[in-house]
Amino acid sequence: MAASTLSSSITTTFKPSLHPPRASAIHPLPSIKLPSNNNPFNNPLISQFTPTTKNPTLTPLLSATTTPETTTATAFHGLCYVVGDNIDTDQIIPAEYLTLVPSNPEEYKKLGSYALCGLPSSYQTRFIEPGEFTSKYSIIIGGDNFGCGSSREHAPVALGAAGVAAVVAESYARIFFRNSVATGEVYPLDSEVRICDECKTGDVVTVELGESRLINHTTGKEYKLKPIGDAGPVIEAGGIFAYARKAGMIPNREA
Amino acid sequence: MASFSASYTYFLNKNVVSLSDFSPLYQYPNQNSTRRCSKKIVSVITQPSARRPATTGSVKNWMTMTEKLLAKASEKLHVVPGENLWANVDVLMTNDITGPGAFGVFKREFGENAKVWDREKVVVIPDHYIFTADERANRNVDTLRDFCNEQNIKYFYDIKDLGNFQANPDYKGVCHIALAQEGYCRPGEVLVGTDSHTCTAGAFGQFASGIGNTDAGFLLGTGKILLKVPQTIRFVLDGEIPNYILAKDLILQVIGEISMAGATYKTMEFVGTAVESSTMEDRMTLCNMVIEAGGKNGVIPADKTTYDYLKDKTTAHYEPVYSDDQARFLVEYHFDTSKLEPLVAKPHSPDNRALARECKDVKIDRVYIGSCTGGKTEDFMAAAKVLLASGKKVKVPTFLVPATQKVWMDLYTLPVPESGGKTCSQIFEDAGCDTPASPSCGACMGGPRDTHARLNEPQVCVSTTNRNFPGRMGHMEGQIYLASPYTAAASALTGHVTDPREFLQ
Repeated sequence: MAASTLSSSITTTFKPSLHPPRASAIHPLPSIKLPSNNNPFNNPLISQFTPTTKNPTLTPLLSATTTPETTTATAFHGLCYVVGDNIDTDQIIPAEYLTLVPSNPEEYKKLGSYALCGLPSSYQTRFIEPGEFTSKYSIIIGGDNFGCGSSREHAPVALGAAGVAAVVAESYARIFFRNSVATGEVYPLDSEVRICDECKTGDVVTVELGESRLINHTTGKEYKLKPIGDAGPVIEAGGIFAYARKAGMIPNREA
Repeated sequence: MASFSASYTYFLNKNVVSLSDFSPLYQYPNQNSTRRCSKKIVSVITQPSARRPATTGSVKNWMTMTEKLLAKASEKLHVVPGENLWANVDVLMTNDITGPGAFGVFKREFGENAKVWDREKVVVIPDHYIFTADERANRNVDTLRDFCNEQNIKYFYDIKDLGNFQANPDYKGVCHIALAQEGYCRPGEVLVGTDSHTCTAGAFGQFASGIGNTDAGFLLGTGKILLKVPQTIRFVLDGEIPNYILAKDLILQVIGEISMAGATYKTMEFVGTAVESSTMEDRMTLCNMVIEAGGKNGVIPADKTTYDYLKDKTTAHYEPVYSDDQARFLVEYHFDTSKLEPLVAKPHSPDNRALARECKDVKIDRVYIGSCTGGKTEDFMAAAKVLLASGKKVKVPTFLVPATQKVWMDLYTLPVPESGGKTCSQIFEDAGCDTPASPSCGACMGGPRDTHARLNEPQVCVSTTNRNFPGRMGHMEGQIYLASPYTAAASALTGHVTDPREFLQ
C-alpha cells in the first residue's frame, strides 16, 4: 500500500479550519465521511471533559479564524514528535506518576508535564522541556503497537494534557485506542505506511480529519490515513455517554 | 518485533508436521478459502465440510467460547466476530490507582448523587501503591473508602494500618489473585477490571478483560459495556510438561511465537492435555500474560479442576460454556510441551524470547519473585523447590513479595514437599533470601520511590513479573529478564541467568 506522495500546493489544499480544543474536535463532525455502520462499536467513550487551552506555541499555517462547528473540515496542525514501535504505557507515563488522578484538574495538569518522560535516553530531543507542563509538539507520529502495555487511562490523558491533539501511528494496542476515544484526549489515527520512518521530530505537519490525510509541510509529502471506521457512529454522537443517551439507554443528564 | 510468516505456524521441536496431520477442523487454505495476510495475523477462514442448510435441516450457528460468553451477556442467541454489543457485566473490579479516576468519571456523568448500578457487583481491591509514604498514594486509598462508604459497596478490601498489613482483616493484596481466591471468578460470566491483567480471570472460563476509567465510569452507572466480539486464536498445548517447565515458560513461548501485537483485538483460547493437567494457578499464569501479546481476553475451558478450586470459595451458581467443535477460529497453533525448554524474555520486551541456558553468561544483580504473574502460592513453592534442591545460599539479593495475605500465610504454614516438613519461609530464610514482604503489587511496576524492591539503580534483575519495558521496575536503564519461578530461583543461586535444570534434574 504505497503512500500517495504529492508535493501539494499547501495553500490551495489547506482549508481554513477551526483549531479546536481537543474535546470539541471529537464532538460531532458532520463532514467526516464514515462508513455507515449502525452497529455501536467498542471504542466509545468521550468524556465531557473541560478542555484545557491548546498549546499556545501552535501557529496555524494560515490564520485560522474561529469558525463555528459547521466548518467543513477539522484539522490539527503543529510540530510533530516522532517515536518508534511498541511505545508502551510505561514510557508514555511511568508508573510512579499514576497516583495522580486524571479527573482532578490540578493533577491532570501535572500528568501532562510527565508525558513521554519514560522514553529512553536514545530520544535525545525530549518531548517536554524541563519545568514545562505542555509540549511544543502537538502531533505524535508512531510506529506499530502504540500504547501497548497497561490499561491505564493516564496514558492518553497525559498526552492530551501535554497538548497532543492527535497520534498518527501504524497500529495501536487495543486498550490504549479505546481509552483515547473514550477520554477524547487524543485523536488516534491509523496511517497506511510507516510515516514514522519518513518524518522527523520538529517537522511541521497538518492532520486533516475530513480528508483523512497527513501533510508534512517540511518535507512536502502527503500521506493517506485510514478512516476512523467503526468508532465513527459513537464519535459522531459525541461519545459513549451521548450515544447511550440518544439510544435511550441512560437518562439525560440533569442540567 | 518478530515478523509473522504467512502460513500456519507449528511448533513441534522445529519439525514441521505435514499439514494433513493437522486437526481435521482446519483445512489448509486452498484456492477456495479466503486468505488475508497481514503483517501480523494470518486470517484463514476455513470452510466447514460441505455443509449446506438444506442438508442439515436447520441452520446451526457454531460459536467459540468467547462468542458464547458475549452472546449470553448480551442476551443474544448468536453473535459473530466483529459484531458490537452491549454486555451485562457480572463483576467490575477496580483498585487504588484507577478507582479514583473511574469514580470521578461516574460522578461527573451521572451526577453527584448517582448510585452505582449494583452495590454487590463492584469489587474494590486496593493493591498497587499501598505500603508507601507517598501522600497521594495514601490519599487514593482514602478516596476508595469514601466512595465505598457513600455507595455502600459490599466488597471493599480496605487497609488502614500501613505499618502492619496483618492488622487489616479485610485487606487482600493483588487484585487479580484476590478475585480468584475470594470466589469472584466464575465460569460463564463477564468480569472486567480497570487493570490490564484482568485477563487473568479468563482461566476460569469467563470473559475477562481490562478497561479504562471512562469505560468503568459508564459501567458503574449502567451495568453494561459496549464490546466488539473478538475473533479467537486457539493454542493447543499438548503433551507432558517436563518437571523443569512451568506455565510461565508456556506463555513466554507463545508470546515469543506470535509477538507483542500477535493477538491484538483477539481472544487467546488455551486447550490441550497440558492445559487440562494444569492447576488453576498455572492457568491463571497463562491467561495473565495474554495482554502482553495484545490479546483482548484469554480463556480456558472450565473443568473439574476449576470446580474443585471454586468449591470452597463461592456458592454462587454458574454455568460454563464451551467452544463448539465446529466453531471458527482465526488461527490454531499446536505446541508439544514435552519439547519445551526454560525460557526468559530479555530486555526490553515480553516477546524477546530466549532460552535460559543461552543467557548463562548474563550476570545479574537481583531477583524478584512476586506479582499477579509469579507471586502466587505455587510460584513460591516452585522457587522453594529449587532452593531446597540446591541447599546453597543465593548469591544476589532475592526479593519475595507474596501477592495476597493468603499467599503470605501459605509461605509460613504450608510444608514444601520432600523438605522434611519445612515451610517456604524457612527454605527462603535458609537460602538467604529477603524476608517475604507485605503483600501487594510491589515493585512489579516500580511505584513510588520508597516501594520495597524497586529498581532504583541501573541493575539487572530476573523477575517473575509480566513486563520488562524500559523503566518498568523503576530505573530507566534497568534490565529485566522475565522468567518462571524455577528460573528465577536458579538464577539467584548462581548470580547469572540460569536454566533450572542445573538444580532440578
